[in-house]
Amino acid sequence: MSIAYFPGCTLSTKATGYDISGRAVAQALGMPLEELPEWQCCGATFPLATENSMALIAPTRILTQVQKSGGKVTTLCAICFHVLRRSQNFLEAHPEMLERINWFTEEPYDGKATVTHFLEILRDEVTWKGLAEKVTNPLKGLKVAPYYGCLLLRPPSEIKMDDPDNPTILHDCLAALGCEVVDFPYQSECCGSYLTVSKPELPHKLANEILESARRHGAQALVTACPLCQFNLDYPQRPEHQMLMGNEIPVLYFTQLMAVALGLEQATWGMDKHYIDPRPLFESFRLSVVGDPLKTDH
Amino acid sequence: MRERALIIGAGIAGIQAALDIANSGYEVVLVEKEPSIGGHMAQLSETFPTLDCSQCIMTPRTVEVGHHENIRLYTYSDIESIKRDGSDGDFTVTIRRHAAYIDWDKCNGCGTCQEKCPFKVESIFERGIGPRKVVYTLSPQAVPNKPVIDAENCRYLQSLWDMQAGRIPSVDKNGNPAKPKCGACLKFCPTEAIDFEQKDTLIEEKVGAIIVSTGYDLFPQSRLPEYGGGNIPDVVDGLAFERLLAASGPTAGKVIRPSDGKQPLEVVFIQCSGSRDPERGMPYCSKICCMYTAKQAILYKHRVPEGQAYVFYIDVRAGGKGYEEFLNRAQEEEGVVYLRGKVSKLFREGDKIIVKGADTLSNRTVEIAADMVVLATAVVPRSSSSQIAEMLDLEMDENGFFTASDEELEPVASNIAGIFLAGTGLGPKDIPETVAQASGAAAKVLSLFQREKVTA
Amino acid sequence: MRTRISSASVRGDFVTQVETISGQSLLACNQCGKCSAGCPVAFGVDILPNQVIRLAQLGIQDVLESQTIWTCAACLTCVSRCPKGIDLPRVMEALRLIYMENSGNVIEPTSIPETMVAEVPQLAIIGGFRKYSR
Repeated sequence: MSIAYFPGCTLSTKATGYDISGRAVAQALGMPLEELPEWQCCGATFPLATENSMALIAPTRILTQVQKSGGKVTTLCAICFHVLRRSQNFLEAHPEMLERINWFTEEPYDGKATVTHFLEILRDEVTWKGLAEKVTNPLKGLKVAPYYGCLLLRPPSEIKMDDPDNPTILHDCLAALGCEVVDFPYQSECCGSYLTVSKPELPHKLANEILESARRHGAQALVTACPLCQFNLDYPQRPEHQMLMGNEIPVLYFTQLMAVALGLEQATWGMDKHYIDPRPLFESFRLSVVGDPLKTDH
Repeated sequence: MRERALIIGAGIAGIQAALDIANSGYEVVLVEKEPSIGGHMAQLSETFPTLDCSQCIMTPRTVEVGHHENIRLYTYSDIESIKRDGSDGDFTVTIRRHAAYIDWDKCNGCGTCQEKCPFKVESIFERGIGPRKVVYTLSPQAVPNKPVIDAENCRYLQSLWDMQAGRIPSVDKNGNPAKPKCGACLKFCPTEAIDFEQKDTLIEEKVGAIIVSTGYDLFPQSRLPEYGGGNIPDVVDGLAFERLLAASGPTAGKVIRPSDGKQPLEVVFIQCSGSRDPERGMPYCSKICCMYTAKQAILYKHRVPEGQAYVFYIDVRAGGKGYEEFLNRAQEEEGVVYLRGKVSKLFREGDKIIVKGADTLSNRTVEIAADMVVLATAVVPRSSSSQIAEMLDLEMDENGFFTASDEELEPVASNIAGIFLAGTGLGPKDIPETVAQASGAAAKVLSLFQREKVTA
Repeated sequence: MRTRISSASVRGDFVTQVETISGQSLLACNQCGKCSAGCPVAFGVDILPNQVIRLAQLGIQDVLESQTIWTCAACLTCVSRCPKGIDLPRVMEALRLIYMENSGNVIEPTSIPETMVAEVPQLAIIGGFRKYSR
């Protein structure tokens, strides 16, 4: 059963690791991601002014494509998810605004699409038990800290996926993969977001606090669902910055960890573009690879 | 009209009203769900602004209630039903007295059963600071000073009932009748007061007027996930801190951390935890927290002179007699530092609790590595209030507090003739106001009875 | 110079503009400070988020000169914890829009170094643009 998928601009270019691993694990779980035939950038921010009809045209066009592709879409990028989810909520609550936006678009949107994040699909349709059953390489002993960031969960009154002050969705995913889940207090503190463009010293400081806290709690790796969080936490750890003084923590997308745990081949892990290479972490695990009996090693 | 009054709830409001009516020569039926009377005031260490010992000022009244010839006291009891007689407006009340499994007529309050009981469970009275035994009284000064057995946790009763229901064999390996487990209290009671066959009893009483004084509860910490959600042992609420301070409490008045028993040297008090929060908590101000927080900070400094207390506040509400001066004492004499700003989040880091707050007055975001945190959680109505409201058809406001028939000029009368209200069941208030309302409600009842006498 | 406060300031055009664009009732804020307490960047700005709201409440247009409105990362922690449900990110956006209406864009495409364009995820550049230019 395939599901319509909106990759977003960043996953198609700079964060291909997230896209590759995401598609591979979805395929392995029997719900291949079917990219929308036509799409453009969602805009990367949800417009906050009350008069926002022009700014909502981009998300509305995407939702129109979703409508034409069956009415339900899933995303991996937390920011795309945030924009589409809040846009959908807004259009549903303000049909008069939807009507106005429809004057400016090539095709009208009926306002009825369902926007999901892939984690919700895992939780509600695959279920954590279902995921655990498909794991061939349980990552036992690997201490992973889930980092939720901001836009995946906030504002809780609109996103309604999990409680930002006590989240469990990434915890549950990691537990299903067999990891030792590291709870740490900075799991939903901001990474600095787009300030990395205008005031990079701030995200640098924030990354320091987040990574130090994760390290103190014993994390060997961090997982995230957002390409900007991944960048803001990975980039400052590069050798010339010596941020964690030799105790660097690789920052992975949850789908990459899933690809390893589900026994998929290394090409699908998408781990070649990280600043801190996560691959050495997995060398100690006896890994079996799906569909390749010769490589099975128990 | 029967010139007898029913009072539901024997906290300080119920106690005061009962004494006022009983001392005027009329009979009172006083019903309390706990094994003994006193409500939350019995849990307090000292009261503001006088710093009188709570038990000391209350005990003369509780003892008087216990002995009063005009007061029929039913503790460990709930109201089962209330029916109103159409003709004379009298109420027929059915009271369920729960089985205590101890014959209180035979019991002499010696306390041996409590001493010998081998099992401890969490005590709601101690608010998580200390345990109680399965057979227990709430405190050494309890009135009545007779214990009850907590059937759910009693090994003897559970095994006895399992045997009677056939869930476990009632004969042992040798074919002899099996004995239920434990039974220590039975063995040691000097007056043979333990009665495991005791059942609930239903009692019917007829009264002409009712006073509802069911009291309050505190907002649960589980609804404050950004403050730990109740999962951090050293983050406690106001009543729990009272139990730490109380001389008759589980730590004999020593202020120590629940997690490791060490003395906390940096204590953070957070006001408005759940109050003044229409989005995620209660919209109203809980009125007493600014004062009791100042009190707790002062008492903490008395116990731990080298400690430092901080209070995070939005506003400080100190409108009563002597209250502002009390606040000044906290700051000037005890060096309590008041920081203006609501704490956004706190979490455990090693053996400290990191508190992330702000001081809007100095334009800074602040962080404190606290040893202990005390949350002044919102005052909320007791769950039993809504049951009583339904039974009596009483009006409640959107927050679950009883509504007076006129909030300005009839603050202790309810919407139903013959039923009056007093205390925190109506809304947050301090002890002086509670006692005043209780006497007010009692006066209303007495004038009702007097009118009957005069016009009859 | 003292700040003069009158109905012209507290009920004037500036306040009306901010409230209309943000859709928020500014006086609902009782300055409890929880937003500032949880703001991840507040340590590095000139005025705290609650003070931004405060100046806006009083119609003091100096707030447009603060660093804070440009340092807001829209992490949404403030609005998620505000007891009165005030949407601070919307107020910040309103102030930015008013500033830019009067004074032009704060960021220009040519000002971003090429190395950054090559390394940073484009969503950060797009997001930055949408916040700092019209």
